[in-house]
Amino acid sequence: MVNDTSFAPWTDPDAAPLIEFRGVSKRFGEFTAIDALDLKIYPREFFALLGPSGCGKTTLMRMLAGFETPTEGEILIDGQDIARVPPNKRPVNMMFQSYALFPHLSVRDNIAFGLKREGMEAAARDARVDEVMRMVQLGALGSRKPHQISGGQRQRVALARSLAKAPKLLLLDEPLGALDKKLREETQFELMEIQETTGTTFVIVTHDQEEAMTVASRVAVMREGRIVQVDMPERIYEAPNSVYVADFIGDVNLLKGRARQNGSGVIVDVADGVSLTAEGEAEGPVTYAVRPEKISISGERPEMPNAVRGKVIDIGYLGGSSTYHVELPSGHVVKAATANTRRVAARAFDWEDEVWLGWSDTAGLVLQR
Amino acid sequence: MRRLTIALPYLWLLALFLVPFIIVLRISLSDPALAIPPYEPIWSKTEGLRDFLSRFDIENFLFLTEDDLYWKAYLSSLKIAFISTLLALLIGFPIAYGLARAPVAWRPLLLMLVILPFWTSFLIRVYAWIGILGTEGYLNQVLLGLGLISAPLQILNTDWAVYIGIVYTYVPFMILPIYATLGRIDAELLEAAEDLGCSRIKAFWLVVVPLSKAGVIGGCFLVFIPAIGEFVIPSLLGGSDTLMIGKVLWEEFFNNRDWPVASAVAVILLLLLIVPIVLFQRNEQRQRDAA
Repeated sequence: MVNDTSFAPWTDPDAAPLIEFRGVSKRFGEFTAIDALDLKIYPREFFALLGPSGCGKTTLMRMLAGFETPTEGEILIDGQDIARVPPNKRPVNMMFQSYALFPHLSVRDNIAFGLKREGMEAAARDARVDEVMRMVQLGALGSRKPHQISGGQRQRVALARSLAKAPKLLLLDEPLGALDKKLREETQFELMEIQETTGTTFVIVTHDQEEAMTVASRVAVMREGRIVQVDMPERIYEAPNSVYVADFIGDVNLLKGRARQNGSGVIVDVADGVSLTAEGEAEGPVTYAVRPEKISISGERPEMPNAVRGKVIDIGYLGGSSTYHVELPSGHVVKAATANTRRVAARAFDWEDEVWLGWSDTAGLVLQR
Repeated sequence: MRRLTIALPYLWLLALFLVPFIIVLRISLSDPALAIPPYEPIWSKTEGLRDFLSRFDIENFLFLTEDDLYWKAYLSSLKIAFISTLLALLIGFPIAYGLARAPVAWRPLLLMLVILPFWTSFLIRVYAWIGILGTEGYLNQVLLGLGLISAPLQILNTDWAVYIGIVYTYVPFMILPIYATLGRIDAELLEAAEDLGCSRIKAFWLVVVPLSKAGVIGGCFLVFIPAIGEFVIPSLLGGSDTLMIGKVLWEEFFNNRDWPVASAVAVILLLLLIVPIVLFQRNEQRQRDAA
C-alpha cells in the first residue's frame, strides 16, 4: 500500500468512507475512554490505531465490533448507523488478542464456525475453509485441537477464522503481540499480502509503533481517548504534529527553545550559542525535534546549516547501527545514529572524543505543542 | 520422599477402602448364626486353605435374586438417584453460571453462601425439612395463606420429599465443579462466537455448554453416587413405600440381623457404582488419548 501512490482515498473529498465516527464518546462511569472522536476509514485501507495502553484504542475497536455502544455520537458503516446492530449481525469480524479459539473444536471446525452459522452448505463450506487455510499457510493441521498446535499456528487459525466469512471489515486486536520478534516481522508482511489479495478493510490495534508503520496505509496515534494525528506512516514519522507523536514514534532528540522567524525559515535558540534552524513558521516557545539517524557525525565542522560541537559520552551498539550520545557544552545530550558499515574495532569515534554533529534544516522540526 | 508421596493415597485407599471391602465381602460369603458377631466365622487357624475355600458359598447372592424386593430396591434407588441428579443439574447449573458471571468482588461471599449449609449438621437440616414439608408445615401454611391451594398438600412421606431432600443436600456438590469449569471459560470465547454470527443464546449452547461438560459430569457423579446409597433422607422424609437400597441395607443389618445378606446387598451396591465409574474413566482416558 505504501508504495501504491495512487491509493489515497482520504485525499479525495468525494470518496465514501466505509466507517465514519461522528462525535463518538464512550464513558465508563466517570472515566472517559473515547472523547468526541471523529474519524473516517476508507474501503481497502489498512488502518492502524496506535497508542499506549489505556488510550482508548481497544474501546474504539470494540465499538466497531459491537461489544460496546457509544455513549454519544454515531458510528456509520457504509453510511448506516450501527449503534443498535448486535455483533452477530455486523459485516465485521474480529481477531482477538487472546485468539479466543474454541478449545473443544478442531482447527477446521474453528475456522468453519462462522460459515456454519451462516447456513452455508457443507461442500461450499469445506472449499472455503480449505481456501483460507491455504491463504494463512496452515497446511495439514485441520484435525488438531488448538492446544495441540504452536502459538504461531494458533495465530494463523485465529486469522483464518476471522477471514473465513469474508467480512467487509476485519478488526485485529494486537494480532501479533504474542509472537516472538522474528515471526512477528514475517507475519506482518503476510498480513499485508492477505489484506491486498482479499481487498478487505483492516483495522489493527497495536502499541507497537514499528508494526503500525510497517503494515498500515494510515496510522492514527491516540492519547487519552483522542486522536492526536492521523496520517500515512512516513508523514507521522517525518512530520509529527506534536511532541507527543514525535516522541511516541521512533527515537527523537527534543530540545526546548524559543523560535524566531528568519526569512522563509525558523531559528530556534536552544541555549547560549546553540541556535538551530528548520523550515516553516513559528514564534515563541517551541520544541525543536530531530531524529538521530538524520544527524551525521564528523571530526571536522560539517558544511551544514546545523552544526554543533560536543563530546561523546556514551555509545549504544545495536549491531546494524550505533547510537552516539553527544553532550553539548550547554549540557544538552543529543543522540546521533550511524550505520555500522565497518567493523566496530574500526569505528572513527570513541568515548570522550570531541565530535561535530551536523544536519540539514529539512531534518529539524519545530513543534509548537 | 517422592515414593512416599505417591504411596500415601494408595495406603489410604488400602486401609480405608480395600480392607473394609474385603471384610464385608468375607461376611457376605458366610452364613448367619446366633453369635456375636452374628455370622459363622469362615476362617479358623486350625483348618487348611482347602477347607476354607470349600466352605465358600454364594447362597446369599443367590438369595438376592430370589426375593424381588432387592432388585426392585436397586432399580428404585437408581431411579430416585437419577431423577435427583437431573434436578440437581437443572438447579445447580444456573446457580453455578450466575456465580461465574457475578462481579469478582461478590464471588467469595456467594460461594460461601453455597457452602454455608455444611456448617450445620446434615441430620438437623433434613429434620428441618419435616417441619417445612409436613401437612401442618410452613410450606402448606404459606400456600394456604396465599390461597393457592384449598387443602394441604401431602408432600412429606412421599417420593417428592425424598427428591427435595436429596437435591437440597447434594446441590452444592453439583454447583462447585460446574462453577470451577465455567470460571475457566474465557469471556472472549463468547464474544468470538457472537462475532462469528451467534446470538447470545446460541453462543451459550455452542461454547459454554460443551466447555462445562467435565464439570457437569463430575457434578453428576458427586450427586448420583451418594444419592443411590442414601439412607437418612428416604427414611426421614420418604414414605413406607419409598424403596431405596440404603433402607433395605439398614433393615437387613439392624432389624433382621442377617449380616451376610446385608453384606451381599452392600457388595452388589458397590459393584453397581464401580462399574459406571470405571466405564466413565476409561471413556475419558480414550478421549484424551484420541485427542
